[in-house]
Amino acid sequence: MVYLTRKAEFSASHYYHNPEFTPEENRRIFGKCNNPNGHGHNYTLEVTVKGEVDPRSGFVVDLKQLKEILNREVLDAMDHRFLNKEVPEFSTRIPTTENLAIAIWQRLDQKLNAARLHRVRVYETPDLFVDFYGEV
Amino acid sequence: MFSASHRLHSDAMSDAENAGTYGKCNNPYGHGHNYALEITVSGPVDERTGMVCNLVDLDDFVQSEILERFDHQNLNTLREFADAVPTTENLCTAAYEILQRSFRHAHLEKVRIEETMLNSFEYAGGAENAT
Repeated sequence: MVYLTRKAEFSASHYYHNPEFTPEENRRIFGKCNNPNGHGHNYTLEVTVKGEVDPRSGFVVDLKQLKEILNREVLDAMDHRFLNKEVPEFSTRIPTTENLAIAIWQRLDQKLNAARLHRVRVYETPDLFVDFYGEV
Repeated sequence: MFSASHRLHSDAMSDAENAGTYGKCNNPYGHGHNYALEITVSGPVDERTGMVCNLVDLDDFVQSEILERFDHQNLNTLREFADAVPTTENLCTAAYEILQRSFRHAHLEKVRIEETMLNSFEYAGGAENAT
């Protein structure tokens, strides 16, 4: 079993707000992240897939295809976007980095065929990241 | 860190299949990378030294058995890749096997190789326990 990790970067804005909370609760729980005009991050995404090495090609997965899937499913949809308003998953879920990792997992898991998805890691800032392994 | 060249080409495939599968990496003249190698070992902390493994032993082993073997080489010309395409997947398993065979100072957990800033590979033996 070999694990392959591909990195990508994207930049997006978001804010945290739960309509079920009062304005005071939203401010208290989410702090600066509750600013309705949003704020942005440079996100670093690491996608790890796993599989046996194909004896003919020496590959676990075709990196070109993986890059195309990442570009299409994640970067095209999220790079330079306002996550709350432009990415459908976040019309009902708060675009925390936790939920972002889950949304990215769900987008990729349906599209990968040769190798299996092992981990999605999303860095919100260089000193904070979230790992999701698919178990909800 | 070591620097080496390779060409991805499988004798089991036609020229068209090779070009389709490997793209630019199939260039007959080869190309190179600076590979960053990470080795993880585990074990109890020795009460006398406070160490899991003396890093000098690990450094010496990696220097003599891995870096001197792969650094500034064309990987396609090496014994390990006589019958295997020198992808970084296979490089990872080759480095793991060298350590597993002969490194005795601590338990080998994992070998990780960064091929570029964007791509990295890990091998922890057959089990599905790497993170």
